[in-house]
Amino acid sequence: MPLVPAITDLEQLKNHPAVARLLDWNPAAVQGVKFDREEMSIYVDRASIREACALLKNDAVCPFDFLSDLTCVDWYPAEPRFEVVYHLLSIPKKERVRLKVRLDSASPAVESLTSVWPGANFFEREVFDLFGIRFTGHPYLRRILMPEDWEGHPLRKDYPVEGYR
Amino acid sequence: MAHLTSTPVLEPGQDRTMILNMGPQHPSTHGVLRVLLEIDGENVVRLMPDIGFLHTGIEKTCEAKFYQQVVPLTDRIDYLCPLTNNLCYVLAVEKLLGLEIPPKAQWLRVLLNELTRINSHLVWLGTHAMDIGALTVFLYCFREREEVLRMFEMVSGQRMMTSYFRVGGIALEPPLGFFDRVRDFAGYFPEKIDEYENLLTGNPIWMMRTKGVARMTAEDAIALGATGPTLRGSGVDIDLRRDMPYSGYENFKFKVPVSQDGDVFARYICRVQELRESVEIIRQALDGMPEGPIKADAPHVVLPDREKMKTQMESLIYHFKIITEGFAVPAGEVYQAVESPRGEMGYYIVSDGTAKPYRVHMRSACFANLQTLSTMCEGRLLADVVAAIGSIDIVLGEIDR
Repeated sequence: MPLVPAITDLEQLKNHPAVARLLDWNPAAVQGVKFDREEMSIYVDRASIREACALLKNDAVCPFDFLSDLTCVDWYPAEPRFEVVYHLLSIPKKERVRLKVRLDSASPAVESLTSVWPGANFFEREVFDLFGIRFTGHPYLRRILMPEDWEGHPLRKDYPVEGYR
Repeated sequence: MAHLTSTPVLEPGQDRTMILNMGPQHPSTHGVLRVLLEIDGENVVRLMPDIGFLHTGIEKTCEAKFYQQVVPLTDRIDYLCPLTNNLCYVLAVEKLLGLEIPPKAQWLRVLLNELTRINSHLVWLGTHAMDIGALTVFLYCFREREEVLRMFEMVSGQRMMTSYFRVGGIALEPPLGFFDRVRDFAGYFPEKIDEYENLLTGNPIWMMRTKGVARMTAEDAIALGATGPTLRGSGVDIDLRRDMPYSGYENFKFKVPVSQDGDVFARYICRVQELRESVEIIRQALDGMPEGPIKADAPHVVLPDREKMKTQMESLIYHFKIITEGFAVPAGEVYQAVESPRGEMGYYIVSDGTAKPYRVHMRSACFANLQTLSTMCEGRLLADVVAAIGSIDIVLGEIDR
C-alpha cells in the first residue's frame, strides 16, 4: 500500500470508536490524534491514562479488552522526553488502537495499569528497568531483565550502545 | 550475579512454608528460567518467575544497525521460529516504507512460516512430553523436525538462523526440488501426527498428568496478556492469521482449534490440531503458488540481482548505496503483529527518517504468557509446575531478548 500523509486533525478522526469514547468522557484527556499507515494513535493526558484504559476496556460497543503491548520511546534531547506507548486490542471487534503518554525527563512517572490488566506487570517492570520510568501503584516495581545492581537504564538514548566502560 | 544474591525476592509468608528455588539450570525450565516457589509440603502457595539471564540487549543493538542488518538479529530472539520473527520484522518495515510485495513472495513466506510452526511445535511436543515422563515421543518428534530443518537449510543455507526474508521480498529463489520435498513432507506428516497422538492423547498416564491440571479461565488469560495456544486453550477464539490477516493469509482456508477446558491437556490438543492445520495451509500454498518475481520493484530498498550488477551501471550503484549507507525509511511508527507458534509476536518500530531504526520493540508472546504461570500453579502440587511450564511453551531467548 503506497504511503498517504498522516491525518492529525481531530475533527476528521472523532468517529473512531476509541476517540469518540474518550472525547465523550473527557475532551481534555485527548491531547492529540494521529492516523498514519492505517494505525490510530491517541495522545492521552498523563493523569488520565489509567482511567482512559479502564474506560476503553469496558466500553459496550467496542471493548479494547486486551493489552497487547506496553513500551516506551526516548526522544532525548527533546522535551517532553519520553513517550510511553500502549497498544490495545479489541478481541471481539479485531481493532487496534495505540495510546501514548508524554513524560518530562525530570522524574518521569505515570500511573500503573496493573489494576486494569494484571498482565501490565512485566511490561511496566521492563520499561522501568530499561528506561527508568516509575509506575505509581505497581505492586513490585523492580528490575526484570538487567541485574538488580545495574547502574543506568540501557535503552535511554544517552546510554552508549557499548555500555559504560 | 546480583539476581541470585541481593534480592529477597520471596520470603516465607507463614511459619509452615518454605522457599524452593527451581532453575535457572533446571532441565525442565526450557532454558534459563528461574522459578521461586513458596511451598507448604507438596503444595505451591506462591510462585514467582525470575527472568533476565539471557538478556542480550537486542533492542538496543537494533538502534545501531541499518534496517537490513536487523534481520539476522531477529532470528536470534526466538531460535525455534526464526522465520516468524523475520516475517514480522520485514512486514513492519515494509509497512513503514509502504512497499507492495509480489504474491509469490507472500505465499512463500506463508509456506515457510507454517513449516516453522511445525518445527516449533515439534520441539515443544517432544520436550513437554519428556518433562512429563513420556520419553519416546521426543525421538519421534525430532525425527520429523530434522526433515524440516533440512528444508530450511535447502532454501536459506542455514538450519536454524535462517535470515531468509528481506525487506521487499525474499533473499533467493528456492532451489530446484524444494517444492517436491515439501509436498512429500506434507504427504506423510499427518500419519506421523497420528503416531504422536497414539502415544499421548488416549494414554491414561498422560491424561492424569494433564487433564484438569494448571487450569486458567478465559478472563484470567485475557487479563494476563496471554496469546496463542495458551489463550485458545482457555476458550478465546482469536488467531491473528484469520482475524487480522497479513502476508496473504486471507487467501487460505484453515480452522482455528479452540478448547474450552483451559488445562494443560487443552493447550496440548490445540497445538496438535494446529500441526494438522499447518499441513493443510502448506498444501494450499503449494497448489496455488503464484508465478512471478520474489522481490518488490523498489531498487532503492531491494538489493539487485547479481547478474544485473555485472551489466547495468544503476544496479551496481544501488547495490553500493544500500550496502554502505542503507536505505532511508520515512518517519513514522508501526506496530505489526503476527501469530507466532507461541502467540502474538509484535514489532513496534519507530523511524525518524534515517537509515537506522530509532526504536525497535519486540512484543514477545512468551514474556506475557509467562505471567500466567502463577495463576496456573498456585494452590496446586509441585509436580504440576513442570507440566504447566511445558504447556505455555516458553523460549527464554524471546523472553529476555
